[in-house]
Amino acid sequence: MSVTAKPAVAAPPARVATGPALATHQVAAFVVMVALLVSAPFFVYPVFLMKALCFALFACAFNLLLGYVGLLSFGHAAFLGSAGYASAHAAKVWGWPPELAILFGTVMAGALGIVIGALTIRSRGIYFANITLAFAQMIFFFSLQAKFTGGEDGIQAVPRGTLLGVLDLRHTYTMYFVVLAVFLLGFLVVYRAIHSPFGQVLKAIRENEPRATSLGYQPEHYKLIAFVLSATLSGTAGATKAIVFQLASLTDVHWTMSGEVVLMTLLGGMGTVFGPVAGAFLVISLEHYLAQLGSWLTIVQGCIFIVCVLTFRRGVVGELGRLLGKPL
Amino acid sequence: MTSDVILETEGLTKEFRGFVAVRNVDLRVRRGTIHALIGPNGAGKTTCFNLLTHFLTPTAGRIRFNGRDITGSRPATIARMGLVRSFQISAVFPHLTVLENVRIALQRRRGSSFDFWRSDRVLDALNARALELIDAVGLVEFAATPAVELPYGRKRALEIATTLALDPEMMLLDEPTAGMTHEDVDRITALIKRVAANRTVLMVEHNLSVVETLSNTITVLARGEVLAEGDYAGVARNAQVIEAYMGAGHA
Ligand SMILES: Nc1ncnc2c1ncn2[C@@H]1O[C@H](COP(=O)(O)OP(=O)(O)O)[C@@H](O)[C@H]1O
Ligand SMILES: [Mg+2]
Repeated sequence: MSVTAKPAVAAPPARVATGPALATHQVAAFVVMVALLVSAPFFVYPVFLMKALCFALFACAFNLLLGYVGLLSFGHAAFLGSAGYASAHAAKVWGWPPELAILFGTVMAGALGIVIGALTIRSRGIYFANITLAFAQMIFFFSLQAKFTGGEDGIQAVPRGTLLGVLDLRHTYTMYFVVLAVFLLGFLVVYRAIHSPFGQVLKAIRENEPRATSLGYQPEHYKLIAFVLSATLSGTAGATKAIVFQLASLTDVHWTMSGEVVLMTLLGGMGTVFGPVAGAFLVISLEHYLAQLGSWLTIVQGCIFIVCVLTFRRGVVGELGRLLGKPL
Repeated sequence: MTSDVILETEGLTKEFRGFVAVRNVDLRVRRGTIHALIGPNGAGKTTCFNLLTHFLTPTAGRIRFNGRDITGSRPATIARMGLVRSFQISAVFPHLTVLENVRIALQRRRGSSFDFWRSDRVLDALNARALELIDAVGLVEFAATPAVELPYGRKRALEIATTLALDPEMMLLDEPTAGMTHEDVDRITALIKRVAANRTVLMVEHNLSVVETLSNTITVLARGEVLAEGDYAGVARNAQVIEAYMGAGHA
């Protein structure tokens, strides 16, 4: 580089606090989370935990888009659900082993993400929410009509199979630790993406898009990559869920599922690393323990949501981080 | 080399629903010069910048940069060609630190930053250069401060450091000294002079003493049209220019 702004003064200090090198409190929080999740199945019903973990991964993937790009997708069920169908079909009809079935679902969701993302990423705000919803509805009606999805019945009795030819997933604890591993892997991918050179540009775009453009970044490209990543990991969540519950059904492509992930993310704290995990566990617990309320569940859930959003605007983890003075 | 034109517009025009903000502007900026664009508020200076960098699409006219027609190029592409703008309203990344702000620009010069699988610690390699730039605008003690906490004048300085980080062949500065204290104005003036040694600068500036100190050529814009062009003394004597400035209050 040519001699441009040669400082007139002596060389600047070699070391300046440059922001979080590696946030130790986040590492600590991660260790606590892993410890809790490893011991949890010995105290709590593992199937419930597996459900929560799948949703936690879904919410983390969703948060990558909402919290770090600032885009509210209202169609993420499309990725969760279609990956579920893909993985269920691969496992049941083609007899693929679970690892390949999950991989297949993940890849299909990523491919769908490329298509939907390319068509929607230029729109903003409420328009983006609307268009993603419209695409998700198309996927829903496709799933309802298509032969291989089994319509109202879905794909049932999906075999869990044997992971890598050694781990028999019919054993609940084996299945649990596989789901935990998948979740942690997805969680770390999101964490890394946020704390990467790419993530740094995403932050810049979210903070001031025209300025990022004027520096030569093409915002749509970065947003699209984030969208596809988010769709792909949502797919991992959906594909894993289908194997765990041995079922792929319309519930996962329904628009209420897209709403649920918004709820989880906001409740836990959007734009925080751990928020979506906490949000998913909260929402799934609520649904679990309030299930006897029947159709009142939605209303009670709605009220809890409104109260939470009004009292903890940053979500549970966001508020906690603020109290501690450290972003979680 | 000085006769070589780096940026040229031909009949540049921008209409906003019938209102013509920029009309038929032919601008020729010579390589290696500091060219000032002045004129009363609402004259169309910022709109010109938006057209040059394609933040707005011209209604008519062509723009050539380094001999290439860039009229239809995308904003990010124009920036990567070496024509980089700043903004009239201070444009920083508010919740990034001063260092991170500058680093975002340095990072662009690595190429595209699509590497989401790599740790952001690879960016630490850019810190030394970032600090040099930050130091040049007098912000070194604020390196770890989030940009949002800086006073206005310092945000402008940060913006200049960020623009400079791209080492652009040509910089467009929109009112770089607006809102700065007297010492800051002097510092930034000196800095612009220094960095203009090996690049071209087109700047909008209201502080006429800054214009006088820095510019080789001045173009005066009023109501979207070029009113006069020349060096400071010539333009200052122009009766139409004086009139435009006097009458600006109730234009
Ligand atoms: N996006 C826009 N839509 C409509 N009118 C605009 C827009 N941008 C600028 N203008 C109008 O164009 C004129 C020139 O504005 P501007 O270029 O900002 O002036 P200057 O920078 O010289 O003060 C003003 O009258 C302004 O109101
Ligand atoms: Mg202006």
